[in-house]
Amino acid sequence: MKAGVFALGRSMLGSLRDLAPIVLVIAFFQLVVLQQPIPDFFNLLVGFLCVVAGLTFFIYGLEMGLFPIGGSMAYEFTRKGSLFWLLLFAFALGVGTTVAEPALIAVAAEAAQVAAAGGMIAMEPQAQLEYASGLRYTVAFSVGFAIVLGVLRILKGWSIQYMIIGGYLVVVIMTCFAPKEIIGIAYDSGGVTTSTITVPLVTALGVGLASSIKGRNPMIDGFGLIAFASLSPMIFVMAYGMLM
Amino acid sequence: MGFWEQFSDITLATIKDVMPIVVILFGFQFGVIRRRIANLRKVLVGFVYVVLGLALFLLGLEKALFPIGRLMAEQLTDPDFIRAWSGPSDMGLRWYDYFWVYIFAFAIGASTTIAEPSLIAVAMKANEVSGGSIGVWGLRIAVAIGVAIGISLGAWRIVTGYPIYWFIIAGYIIVVIQTFFAPKMIVPLAYDSGGVTTSTVTVPLVAALGLGLAETVPGRSALIDGFGLIAFASLFPIITVMAYAQIAELRTKRSKITD
Repeated sequence: MKAGVFALGRSMLGSLRDLAPIVLVIAFFQLVVLQQPIPDFFNLLVGFLCVVAGLTFFIYGLEMGLFPIGGSMAYEFTRKGSLFWLLLFAFALGVGTTVAEPALIAVAAEAAQVAAAGGMIAMEPQAQLEYASGLRYTVAFSVGFAIVLGVLRILKGWSIQYMIIGGYLVVVIMTCFAPKEIIGIAYDSGGVTTSTITVPLVTALGVGLASSIKGRNPMIDGFGLIAFASLSPMIFVMAYGMLM
Repeated sequence: MGFWEQFSDITLATIKDVMPIVVILFGFQFGVIRRRIANLRKVLVGFVYVVLGLALFLLGLEKALFPIGRLMAEQLTDPDFIRAWSGPSDMGLRWYDYFWVYIFAFAIGASTTIAEPSLIAVAMKANEVSGGSIGVWGLRIAVAIGVAIGISLGAWRIVTGYPIYWFIIAGYIIVVIQTFFAPKMIVPLAYDSGGVTTSTVTVPLVAALGLGLAETVPGRSALIDGFGLIAFASLFPIITVMAYAQIAELRTKRSKITD
């Protein structure tokens, strides 16, 4: 118990150090550049303490819960040797973590506005809603597809360079043909899909798979799932913009 | 809204977000793998910590960081503020009059990336897997510099109005060339670091900056030009992380020669 409290205290110091740069940047710009007083100091302090405590708990829980379960499930799947279930798991994880992602919901709603303003769909709220949810499911499906592809890559030991470079080529070619309004959103949608809980889990899964398969190097084969998950939505969103 | 009310709202929302993941994890664990989880209690406690931590983190951001960050982005992109620094000019604003915006973009990009929880997670894992040869701080700083460059370049692009795909395609070309020269070990991690940078802290602040700029710079549309900063923030870390590994390799080679 005492050791636990000690560890928590130490990681709290770490969080303070992690957040110090933001505080310095904001204080400098507010006081020196903008020359404005800091508004609502009390709320700011409370909020800052919440961020410190939150980051501390998150990192602490990461090592206790998320990392071990990601790793142990990867190990169990390879021990079981069932490719079908592993790929289904990868797909479900990709779709399930993305479809409810708040950042994605926000981006999809804005994309619908862009599409309506650009005359691609009707101005009515109903049409926009349909467009937005269509986009959301497209992105969720594309992330599921990406994780499956990434897991297959780890299993087969394919080299990641050619797959990513091939993906880039597809993005570049599609950029020439996709409607102009969708390009910015498509590029951004790659970044918004990977949430704070998905990243550690997927990383632990990849590294766990690469460490439990003979002949795979966890450093070379274990990473890369996130890269797939942020590349494939760009392709799928541009395709969605072209087809709709 | 009171503090506790807000806290319970955010906690519920976080639980809702985490629920699909928990269902998938435990569904497969009990339905397919059919084995007891080692240290089940510890794992569950860990999950509670993660959810609680994330909720507190989001609450704090919502209360402290985002309001002031958005306000600052608004004030910094305000034409009156920019004119006050550039002196009276009858020609309108030139791109370099926005220099505080670029500096702010650089500083806020770097500092929010240092605090990004998912980057901390990946850096911890990479440090563990590489047996310590990739430092947690080295990776985090390399990514932070990449995000900083990306966002300030993205802000400059909004001001000047060049098409976004020029930059993205040029960035891709650099990534492809670097891939052939960088140490093999770093390549997958570098590709990953593009996606991890943009989750909880960076996106809302950067989006506010982009929208603020696109709304005030004449001739820009908030809808078309406001987007795209996140894409910059996820491309440039790939370049800087590979550069970090290349520099580290170069230095070890050089020290071997001098020995």
